[in-house]
Amino acid sequence: MSATTTASTAGTRAPRAETERARNENRLGRRLVAPAVIVMLLVTAFPILRALWLSFYSYSLTAPDDREFIGLSNYVTALTDSLFWRDIGVTVVYMLVTVAFELVIGFAFALVMHRVVFARGLIRTSILIPYGIITVVSGFAWQFAFTYQNGFVNSWLPFVPTDFNWFGDTLPAMIAIMVSEIWKTTPFMSLLLLAGLAQVSDDMVEAAKVDGATWWQRMYKVILPNMRAAIMVAVLFRALDAYRIFDNIFVMTAGAEGTESISFLTYRQSIEQFQLGMGSALAVLLFLSVLLVAFVIVKLFRVDLAQARGEG
Amino acid sequence: MGRTTRTSSTRWRLGRWRTGVAALALATAGGLLAGCSSDGKPTLTWYLNPDGQDTLNAIAQRCSTDDYDIQTRLLPTSATDQRVQLARRLAAEDDTTDLMNLDVAFVSEFANAGWLLQLPDDTISDDTLSGIASTVQWDDGVYAAPLWANTQVLWYRKSLAEQAGLDMSQPVTWKQVIDAADSVDGATVGVQGNKYEAYVVWINALIEGAGGQILSDPEAGKDAEVDLDTEAGKDAAAVIAQLAGSSAAQSDLSVSNEGTALAAMYGGPGEFMVNWTFVYKNYEPSDANDYSKDQFDDLGWARYPQTVAGEASKPPVGGIDVGVGAYTQYPEYAQEAAACITSVENQVQLAVDAGLMPATSSGYDAQELTDAYPADLLDLYRRSIEDAGPRPQSPFWATVSSAIQATWHSPADVDPDTTPEKSQDYVTQVLEGKALL
Repeated sequence: MSATTTASTAGTRAPRAETERARNENRLGRRLVAPAVIVMLLVTAFPILRALWLSFYSYSLTAPDDREFIGLSNYVTALTDSLFWRDIGVTVVYMLVTVAFELVIGFAFALVMHRVVFARGLIRTSILIPYGIITVVSGFAWQFAFTYQNGFVNSWLPFVPTDFNWFGDTLPAMIAIMVSEIWKTTPFMSLLLLAGLAQVSDDMVEAAKVDGATWWQRMYKVILPNMRAAIMVAVLFRALDAYRIFDNIFVMTAGAEGTESISFLTYRQSIEQFQLGMGSALAVLLFLSVLLVAFVIVKLFRVDLAQARGEG
Repeated sequence: MGRTTRTSSTRWRLGRWRTGVAALALATAGGLLAGCSSDGKPTLTWYLNPDGQDTLNAIAQRCSTDDYDIQTRLLPTSATDQRVQLARRLAAEDDTTDLMNLDVAFVSEFANAGWLLQLPDDTISDDTLSGIASTVQWDDGVYAAPLWANTQVLWYRKSLAEQAGLDMSQPVTWKQVIDAADSVDGATVGVQGNKYEAYVVWINALIEGAGGQILSDPEAGKDAEVDLDTEAGKDAAAVIAQLAGSSAAQSDLSVSNEGTALAAMYGGPGEFMVNWTFVYKNYEPSDANDYSKDQFDDLGWARYPQTVAGEASKPPVGGIDVGVGAYTQYPEYAQEAAACITSVENQVQLAVDAGLMPATSSGYDAQELTDAYPADLLDLYRRSIEDAGPRPQSPFWATVSSAIQATWHSPADVDPDTTPEKSQDYVTQVLEGKALL
């Protein structure tokens, strides 16, 4: 990363004058990144291509001799199956709801972390603690909290009967899963937004204040527009993560009661049922839908990615 | 930062990197040698499921010889997780998976995948109870050694049967049992109705009891004929529908399991319950529970109920078989160890210490066992396993089972007119890879 940045800056500074020394530098640079590139190819490109290749086969790990090439059949089966679309729908609900909540709460946390004048370290640390906790642990903690036998949630909520089983139906079970997800990843959202807040120049806010803008006006007309790139990055990162939600579902319901996400479906096909062909096809579809989600978000925010990275 | 400095520092780092690689290589080589103990004696690894692990650990010690040691490793609690963990090792051709405890439902799947070493045909004999012997056979070969065999019987309160006027000295049908519980206020019938393997065990026993089978040619694998939409399938669905719709159903029927049904035995008028052999020790008064002798004397047992009146029931069979990993470095030692582990003496030990019943007829005759259990109960167990209706020996059983769960759950939604037909279509489609599971 740093090597490429250095190289490109060097290139802009001296466009045509390529000395022998520069060439040597470049050669060294290439040699230095070569191990990383090879490792990357081995650990990412190979599995991706192999998954793509496997997705054209009917291949069960427990019947290796029956493996046969079936072309696009796995894709046709998946795309015409109601379970697939149901799981896509459930996944989109997880993504939309958790990202919306995380954006609002995360922004509030970011403001607190940005403005706080006393016990700054302590407050920032406390806000970030949930993000330091492993998702599986968060899943178990919230599962205990939501069970009616020994959890506290039912007794804290006034309108919920004490023996209400949160994991007995789709909607309440999804709410429990989303609470765990939101609790755990909001700090990440607020960190990204804090970085955006720090980029907004104090001069502009001061100027707006002098012009008589209220707090809301300053927020809407000055701070938020200037943070757009940071918000986009935060939403993009979190949406793609949320779309691949797995751990909390695995721990809290194991996919029962229709709480299964598309990642979980993929996991069940390939790991539990050993259907490597179908599992790979679903993994490829998952990958494509992630790309689609990313594309939609980038279009929606109309933000230049290069600008978001601070290269513009 | 000057460029020359950077280059020289990179060179220095490269040197460090090489040292690092060398160290890593050494560490890996060291790890590879870990399969042998320090004195060069081979160590066989035996993967255990958690049932009776203290006794199994003692057996591992006893079966270690001058030639090899047996060390045990514990598998996860649920049968599904045990299967996944073993499968992942064996699919990667792990040569340290020497011996493994396999749930009877998974032997054919593992054998078909080529993950189990074929064992000598005399691993099973006439002494082996036929219900469990059939679970280790695949494609005309024997692929595992039966360690212990489990079966279900009908447990009930004698006082309840009396009150309901049900004569338990004769074989009873499901209909009679449900009607009897229905006729007594507060009495229930305990079954396993959660969305899991034991629910399919129940469905399979009902279908077998009506003279049918879920798959008629399970060895055909994916092309197996699914026979759910049959008279037997409808009879089975009728029993489930009758129970789910009657006041004899327990309130947690759709999530009930082997454990949840236990409490109702001595609550109120009691229950009829189909459950595994562990139930006897569970209710026998001891320090671990507070059941009284009077309560225990009221506990009765009978043969698994008939699906169709007059047709002998086919009780479920469960249990554990010991398989030898196909990629083991020490196939001879591992086979020898498997034979030692599953010896009749060890089976008796498991039954006495852990309540896991023998897979052999002679095991049931052992003095220690006849001292610990009533003679008629031992005889009932033995006959139940002998006459059992095992689940189909299909390499795709896990898939078939999940597909059945998806269509037959919850019990309250089972309809004899539609469920067998729907599940027939779905299981067939899933096997053909035309529907997602």
